[in-house]
Amino acid sequence: MAALRTPLYDWHVARGGRMVEFAGWDMPVQFAGVIAEHQAVRASAGLFDISHMGRLSFGGPGAEALIQLVWTNDARSMEDGQVRYGLICNDAGGIRDDVLVYRWPYGWAMVVNASNRTKIVDHLEAAKIGREVQITDQTTTTAMLAVQGPKSVELCRDLFEADPGGLRYYHAAPTRCNGRQCVVSRTGYTGEDGIEIMIGGEHAADLTDEIVRRGAVPCGLGGRDTLRLEAAMPLYGHELNEEIDPFHAGLAWAVKLQKGDFIGRAAVAKAQETPGRQRVGLVLQGKRAAREGCAVVTGDGRPVGVITSGSFTPTLQKSIAMAYVEPEQTKPGTKLSVDVRGKIEPAEVTPLPFYKRAK
Amino acid sequence: MDPKTLRYAETHEWASLAGDIVTVGVTAFAADQLGDVTLVEFKKPGTKVDAKGSLGEIEAVKSVSDVYAPVAGEIVETNDAAVNGALNDDSKALATDPYGKFWLVKLKVAPGTTLDHLKTDKQYAEQLAAEGH
Repeated sequence: MAALRTPLYDWHVARGGRMVEFAGWDMPVQFAGVIAEHQAVRASAGLFDISHMGRLSFGGPGAEALIQLVWTNDARSMEDGQVRYGLICNDAGGIRDDVLVYRWPYGWAMVVNASNRTKIVDHLEAAKIGREVQITDQTTTTAMLAVQGPKSVELCRDLFEADPGGLRYYHAAPTRCNGRQCVVSRTGYTGEDGIEIMIGGEHAADLTDEIVRRGAVPCGLGGRDTLRLEAAMPLYGHELNEEIDPFHAGLAWAVKLQKGDFIGRAAVAKAQETPGRQRVGLVLQGKRAAREGCAVVTGDGRPVGVITSGSFTPTLQKSIAMAYVEPEQTKPGTKLSVDVRGKIEPAEVTPLPFYKRAK
Repeated sequence: MDPKTLRYAETHEWASLAGDIVTVGVTAFAADQLGDVTLVEFKKPGTKVDAKGSLGEIEAVKSVSDVYAPVAGEIVETNDAAVNGALNDDSKALATDPYGKFWLVKLKVAPGTTLDHLKTDKQYAEQLAAEGH
């Protein structure tokens, strides 16, 4: 099957984006270069096409109960315009997806991973049987842009009818841009301040041109990956999968066991009491990257874990990685090694995140 | 070196024969595709490698790639120091002079070794075109 294209596909190609297939979509991995784009986001502002992310909207009187049923976080305690991170689990407590939920006065929305969109839509359709809920998948008719970096909010100040500077972190508002309806949220996946914008697909190229004209640097998925790695944000398919539960993934804060029943609740509660490999950060001594699948070993060569993401990172100028390791190896300062293509590279367990922006 | 006179492997290395020494590097296309490079690391001088055997690796932000020997031989010299020194200042340095300053490995080859099995400049350009680049 041919890869899907976002409304900005032609824009990327015209701008010299290097296109690769990602989760069934043709996406730019880089424009000028991963390091330059990464640094632009840390120092100023970068613009990402994230239209491949799944955008689902929920209407009807049963919407809140459906979200409560499938989601680990608490939807009921959210206020209108609030955005919250949480997980969708399977019955065994494994993670089906990690998602953002938006509460509106008139309904709900959810942003899911591109790689999981059809799986989650099927899961929601099955879970909603007997409930009065309409689910609309708006992914292919709309676009989603992320403007990220310390200058991004200032740069977009008068771009919308509502000033994004007035939005609190993890809040969103429906507004207009040049008379066109859109949603702006103070969210992101880079460890920087910034906004994400959802708008009709036919308006995406104009808006992108305007944001770039104001100084945001076009960025691809390569930079998005090194940025989220420094911020220690998990990526589905790497740190998260159907065999990993929220507690061992270090995401207990996104689980509200006391909110009432949800799919996977009993198993997730049990996982909390069960020792197992946990997500940690590693900093390597050398410059070589510890990539996904590399074994983590102790000084005497005993395998105690596996790398899930790793890269040499531009801001820190170090080789960093996330890994799952045995519970007794998780303390910061623990000396471990990583088998990088047959050569043992010394590493040390480090508190996450690797990078935190100055407030 | 003049790219027109070099020979090329399908795996995007170039080779040049002078006496019993074959100099190996990566092509401008490969250097560009690698993007931001953080490190090159080659096997020690004295190591014998088969044709298509790994000479070492190029570590980029998004990937790690082997550099393959276009012909069998013994590594006599590597250019790690110059390349890594330049990469410390500019992650795109390799692409600035891949046929000159940033050659990668010199191999001592057996008498009678030729590069005839490798592609010419024109054939390599055809390969890139066929791959859609």
